[in-house]
Amino acid sequence: MVEFALPKNSKITKGKHHAAPEGAKQVKTFKVYRYDPETDENPRWDTYDVAVDQCGPMVLDAVLHIKNTMDPTLAFRRSCREGVCGSCAFNIGGRNTLACTHAWKDIPGKEISISPLPHMPVVKDLVPDLTLFFAQYESIEPWLHTDTPEPQKEWVQSPQDRVKIDGLYECILCACCSTSCPSYWWNQEKYLGPAALLQAYRWLADSRDESTGERLDYLEDPFKLYRCHTIMNCAQVCPKGLNPAKAIASIKAMLVDRVV
Amino acid sequence: MSQVKADAKAPTGARRAAPMSPHLQIWRWHVTMAASIATRATGVALYVGLLIVVGGALTLALGPSAYGTFMTVMGSPLGLLVLFGLAVSIFYHLAAGLRHLAFDSGKGFLPATANATAWASFAFGIVAAIAVFIGAFMIKG
Repeated sequence: MVEFALPKNSKITKGKHHAAPEGAKQVKTFKVYRYDPETDENPRWDTYDVAVDQCGPMVLDAVLHIKNTMDPTLAFRRSCREGVCGSCAFNIGGRNTLACTHAWKDIPGKEISISPLPHMPVVKDLVPDLTLFFAQYESIEPWLHTDTPEPQKEWVQSPQDRVKIDGLYECILCACCSTSCPSYWWNQEKYLGPAALLQAYRWLADSRDESTGERLDYLEDPFKLYRCHTIMNCAQVCPKGLNPAKAIASIKAMLVDRVV
Repeated sequence: MSQVKADAKAPTGARRAAPMSPHLQIWRWHVTMAASIATRATGVALYVGLLIVVGGALTLALGPSAYGTFMTVMGSPLGLLVLFGLAVSIFYHLAAGLRHLAFDSGKGFLPATANATAWASFAFGIVAAIAVFIGAFMIKG
């Protein structure tokens, strides 16, 4: 349902300010979303004056610097620090991206805001609850479906067919795209969202998969697929440079193709 | 395919319902997002604008004095502003429609292309509306 304003329990209050240590040469202010489920308080914006000359070039370096030297209570997900695991996806400077592959120097504005992926239930600080997101991914059954007897060695695919899943298989499920999508914001209970649909198309486009019909039947729904209105936020923010909007259009084309 | 699991919400030990993370409040817009909402807004504007066209036809049917009132209202600065807004709406909506036609045939999805076509649609809407107004005032003399 379309609700532009945040619910009462989600309104963000002004939080604490953490000053830079004395002698810091270059200082950059980070405005970070904080929410502690163990208190009865609304979320707040804490500000941190980070001595960026003492930390690495990426936003994740700055966030780790905050946690290590300024405020150990800050909670966030991170793992690989090289854009492969998809854990450190936040909204940074108003757009979703991976903190580990985005340099803080490239974020415009005087202070850099960091908040959890948009329009999601917040577990703590920068950690959103992605249970629904992964349930939607599970619902498209992201594995090979076959009817023919299993071959002796492997399911063979020609190089020409293999190319067709380039730009699809690279998805790391960071949820930047789905949580950037206003259609997903307003209808996430019913609309599968860009990430699950890109993956749905990844299996539709796979020459070895033999349940194209069933996959299309599942997606042919006013909400699951057709809530995409080509707003394009998904493709604009994807940190891997993939294009969910185009994949969704390809699914729509397959649905037209099978009836004409 | 299996349906999305109905209980796809993590149980939380929190004292209160989890807050919703900020969305429109913090988002830094791309031109494509503005183009999308503008398509819908101009669609609504055109629907309302049609009532003005109906009003014009109706006052025309009712006779010169009713139509005179209609002319006075629509010829006032506010009336002209509304008409200019409608002219922008119709041309923008036309361009956006063509843009979506391209999307539906699988073209124009590169972010750079989508940005360019979004800017072009806005520019076309404004330039074409200005051209119509210049034409109208030249005919009026």
